[in-house]
Amino acid sequence: MRIAFLADIHANLEGLRACLADARGRAVDRYVYLGDIVGYGADPAACIDIVAEACEQGAQALMGNHDQAVLHSDFQLNETAAAAIKWTQTQLTAAHKSFLTRLPMTITEGSLLFVHASASRPEKFPYVHSLREASDSLVATPAKITACGHVHDPALYHIAVTGKVMGFIPIAGTPIPLSSQRRWLAVMGSVGQPRDGNPNAAYGILDTRSNEITYIRVPYDIDAAAAKIRGAGLPESLWKRLSMGR
Amino acid sequence: MAKARLELGTVIDGFTIGPLVHQGGMAGLYEVTHPDHAIAMLMKVPILHEGEDPAAIVGFEMEQMILPRLSGRHVPRFIANGDFSVQPYLVYERVPGETLKPRMEHLPRPPEEVAVLGAKIATALADLHAQHVVHLDIKPSNVIIREGDGEAVLIDYGLSHHLQLPDLMAEEFRVPYGTAPYMAPEQVFGIRSEPRSDLFAIGSLMYFFATGTRPFGDPQTLKGLKKRVWWDPTPPRKLNPTVPPWLQEIILRCLSVDPDARHPTASQLAFDLTHPGEVHLTPRAEKLMRDPWSARIKRRFHPEAFRPVLQREKQMAAQITSAPIVAVAIDLAESQQELTDALRTTVERILSTVPDARLACLNVLKTSLLALDQSLDADGNSIHVQRLVQLKDWARQAKIAPERVSCHVLEAVDASAALLDYLHANRVDHMVLGARTDSRLRNILGSVSTEIVQKAPCTVTVVRRARSYQFEAAEPEARAAAQ
Repeated sequence: MRIAFLADIHANLEGLRACLADARGRAVDRYVYLGDIVGYGADPAACIDIVAEACEQGAQALMGNHDQAVLHSDFQLNETAAAAIKWTQTQLTAAHKSFLTRLPMTITEGSLLFVHASASRPEKFPYVHSLREASDSLVATPAKITACGHVHDPALYHIAVTGKVMGFIPIAGTPIPLSSQRRWLAVMGSVGQPRDGNPNAAYGILDTRSNEITYIRVPYDIDAAAAKIRGAGLPESLWKRLSMGR
Repeated sequence: MAKARLELGTVIDGFTIGPLVHQGGMAGLYEVTHPDHAIAMLMKVPILHEGEDPAAIVGFEMEQMILPRLSGRHVPRFIANGDFSVQPYLVYERVPGETLKPRMEHLPRPPEEVAVLGAKIATALADLHAQHVVHLDIKPSNVIIREGDGEAVLIDYGLSHHLQLPDLMAEEFRVPYGTAPYMAPEQVFGIRSEPRSDLFAIGSLMYFFATGTRPFGDPQTLKGLKKRVWWDPTPPRKLNPTVPPWLQEIILRCLSVDPDARHPTASQLAFDLTHPGEVHLTPRAEKLMRDPWSARIKRRFHPEAFRPVLQREKQMAAQITSAPIVAVAIDLAESQQELTDALRTTVERILSTVPDARLACLNVLKTSLLALDQSLDADGNSIHVQRLVQLKDWARQAKIAPERVSCHVLEAVDASAALLDYLHANRVDHMVLGARTDSRLRNILGSVSTEIVQKAPCTVTVVRRARSYQFEAAEPEARAAAQ
């Protein structure tokens, strides 16, 4: 089974389409959307439509903090993100909001766990930026492999039987074997707003038969996505950062 | 449940267990057979007792990760992995031949043999480094000289690091893992991503084989290991006067504390070991004494000199491509003056952008199959030597530091075949050669450049002499071919 993980689409339709087109060429059996379909970008409705349709055909999607914020008026986000959420709320129909409402916080499947931010307190969306935070997530679940997003920087953490947690920044395109001797936390990069200095859209594929995970980067029409954000009157930083990948 | 010892005749995943061939500290090796695999195979089974060194387990995990990703003539072929949850094992090709370990009983070895062995290991390492793996445990018992072709095959990847995969070994343990006599200084300090650590190990092995003495002994404590940062070994020629200066130069360069002072790549080390006459000698080639005690004491109490090395973590792929071997084929005929000038300009441009690159200047001296070779010209001068002088003159005009340049006259019947052989044997990264513009000659001789472009294993740049961009009527044969 080959599972594609798409995290932090953030209403970037160009990025999402590019990743899906890429995944079609890689014999993917299933799609898991790891949350934050909306926020920041200019195409929230179109992105939800794509994810919702995929879910009707067997894909799965999780709740992200931006998806949750859109549903409430009393969310806690920084000023820029808040401006984007307020605008997003005006773009969605009741059907879109109803789809978002139904998103689960976690999905467990055998030895796999899918969550937006971290296995430790999924509903609080803690950030996994460090070994300590990765460790919090790894010890909070018995899952062999946890897949998440949220921080927008691709990373792969692992915990050994000795309890030692280590981290690794994956090289795009190189399949990484996940030894059964340890447990893994795979943090996916962001489809719609990469922040690791590489502006290309990020997603990943887990092959459960060979036990390998591959982090993938896909070039997409950044200018078009940026122009739409600018056209929507959203804060300048939101479209400027796309071409920098920061 | 996993067993540390397997019974003869047991079948695991189709592999029938044969006799135990070797019992090491961390794993046992069994002969195995399998109906689907006709080749001779070994099964490695880790020792997993309670309280055993966890490095044995992690090392085995690493080897299970790395070996399946390696290919080529210098690694044993991977066959199968057994999962830890049932019975951990690793099955791979049993390479026919002996390791270098038995030779340790008859040291010192002749310098020529030491250079040949060093070159074989360096060639194997170049192949490994190109696959993003640093071995980190090069020592006599991990090098097999394969029966038949005599090439080096590197075994045991339990301490290795694949630069594109998570390093399970790093940070897991506080003591550095490696084999004391061969461990590079940066490895002692926990750096596991420096390919030139393997070159230090080759240097230590060559030193040991050439002199019968280990350059840094076999220290058993961390403090003892760290001594190699400031404690320089006795020059090999002091211990064995038959070691030629060029070999001492190479060995001591490999043993440099600063990885930047070693050969930039394993290919360049192999090149030096197979071209003794081209080794750039420095005062250390002749030295017979260790550094004065004052210099040693200074290094001993000023460890900051070593710190920059620790702070530098280079990506191996970047290192390999930034230190290429560039070869240029030069036609020395006078009528080709414009072309040789154009070649020089191109080569200067290439070398100015890659500071670690080295340049091999080649000229093919055509020999005849039938007649006795005319190796002397009318005045009785050796044509070979004459060509070499001309080549060196060409190189001198190119304004490239002499230690980066070597000149070679290849004697051959077929120029293309000789150049291609050279590219393969020396793992050249970039070939530069001129396009012959005289179409009559090209028709008679065939185009060397065309054949090289088609068959070379590396990047090829074909240089033309400058011509104005005017419309020129196509040559009749070209027109005919186009129709």
